[in-house]
Amino acid sequence: MSTPSKPETRAISVDYLARVEGEGSLKARVRDGKAEITEFGIFEPPRFYEAFLRGRRFGDAPDITARICGICPIAYQMSSVHAMESILGVKMEGALRELRRLIYCGEWIESHVLHAFMLHLPDFLGYQSAIHMAADHRAAVEKALKLKKFGNDIVALLGGREIHPVNVKVGGWYKVPTKKQLLEMVPNLEWALDAATWAVEFTAGLPFPEVEQDYEYVSVCHPDEYPYNEGRLVSNKGIDIPASEWNQVFEEVHVARSNALQSKVRERGSYHVGPLARYSLNFEKLSPRVQRLAAAAGLGPTCFNPFKSIVVRCLETVHAVEEALRIIDAYEPPSRPDVPFVVKAGEGHGATEAPRGMLYHRYRLDDQGYILDAQIAPPTAQSQMCIEDDLRLVLEASLDLSDDDLQWRLEQTIRNYDPCISCATHFLKVEIDRG
Amino acid sequence: MGEDALVIGVGNPDRGDDGAGVAVLAHLQGRLPGGVRLVRLSGADPAHIIEAWQGAGTVFLVDAMVSGAPVGTWRRFDAAAEPLPAEVSLASTHALGAGAAIEMARVLGRLPQALTVYAIEGATFSVGVPMGGAVAAGAAEVANQILEEVQRA
Repeated sequence: MSTPSKPETRAISVDYLARVEGEGSLKARVRDGKAEITEFGIFEPPRFYEAFLRGRRFGDAPDITARICGICPIAYQMSSVHAMESILGVKMEGALRELRRLIYCGEWIESHVLHAFMLHLPDFLGYQSAIHMAADHRAAVEKALKLKKFGNDIVALLGGREIHPVNVKVGGWYKVPTKKQLLEMVPNLEWALDAATWAVEFTAGLPFPEVEQDYEYVSVCHPDEYPYNEGRLVSNKGIDIPASEWNQVFEEVHVARSNALQSKVRERGSYHVGPLARYSLNFEKLSPRVQRLAAAAGLGPTCFNPFKSIVVRCLETVHAVEEALRIIDAYEPPSRPDVPFVVKAGEGHGATEAPRGMLYHRYRLDDQGYILDAQIAPPTAQSQMCIEDDLRLVLEASLDLSDDDLQWRLEQTIRNYDPCISCATHFLKVEIDRG
Repeated sequence: MGEDALVIGVGNPDRGDDGAGVAVLAHLQGRLPGGVRLVRLSGADPAHIIEAWQGAGTVFLVDAMVSGAPVGTWRRFDAAAEPLPAEVSLASTHALGAGAAIEMARVLGRLPQALTVYAIEGATFSVGVPMGGAVAAGAAEVANQILEEVQRA
């Protein structure tokens, strides 16, 4: 790469989602081989929803927050109901609790398969998009779409509808399924188990850059279960707290170069949430089948290569299908779909595992159950500093690439995280000042 | 047009003009002959879209677009015959977007026999912003167009 004689800002590409204000922009400055991110915006924080929730009743939060994300509405519902239930003293147990895990299984399956096969896989196979890839890999794409559909089916059955489900409520459910309804999904889920196993084997064979990063991984950890709804917040660098202490350990900061709030570990800096964090902090709670598949895929009990997140998403898909089958097998409909509670004032916290990482909600209620204030820390905002760290390293290591190749490499780096706005094929407006 | 027709409205009404598709569905509610279904999608990932129109012979898909045309302008495309023109980008604030979903279906041989896309030009897609007046007027016109097409068939 020739070095221009005077500083120059080179616009590498302008495309696509740049039309959505505040999203999909990256500007960086490179001097003497060192990169500095000067502007980075990939995600719009849910400030509007935080404001919109104030003055609403506690029971509105699950349905309002579900509208934040078309891909992971269940995660928003789960973190909000658990936060509310922590205020109201409601404990989910037995079949009601199992159904909460089951609907989350459905969301993990559909979200992971969408990301791995429609968004991430074309990067590895060298296609511009899933559409181009589908022409050459039709059978694989068909299989992935069918697998994803069986995840959708779980969400549609338990959530009342596929998009923005409405059946979850504070205290339980509006309506619970019959055993027969759940059993009808079993043949499809048995097929899904084989398909997800194939997905692990398929993605494990992809070429991966040999990169390892010293991430601080943070996830929900439960003593007995691979995490969905419940557990403490744990990291590989010493954090071990209840969700109620989120604001004591983490903080959200405004950074001039970004429109979004970024989260950091106080006094320390970036941290990483998502499948790699869950996997590396909870490996021993995965089923023997998933552990065997991981070993066969060349993964140890931890994984610090961000590109291998595609394999881990497929491993978690196997886990989610197995877990769904286990829950359905043991299911006995509860005597009632919800548990009673008395509305009271207080502050509550909920941290659950969205497909793309831990999602934290905090609410304060008055004694009539009206929301006084709300805080929502989505996984993309929590991982954003980490994404910036990765981008800096990738930039510094890839300065000899052409502008087009560099653009693609940077997008791939962001897609490792499955951020909320990773969906467009070319979503990033990139400007690199190469000096 | 019989049992196998549906109208899909794509978009997120919390995001300004992205709500155009959903606004069209609201106009059509209760005005279509029996058997014509209305389906609302907040995003447009291929799996949802392909599944939504499975078994349907005639599909109308309504979405916001960004093409540089005056705000509120609407266009009609025969998407079963050919891809949308390159300058038309169906606005997705999430997922792949309806345009990508349609092309994915075309590659996989999963397009419905008749697929008509109505696209309404939007300008503002920020969270919490109301839909613009010109877009709302465009949505009302598109609803009438679809009604006419359904009644004519």
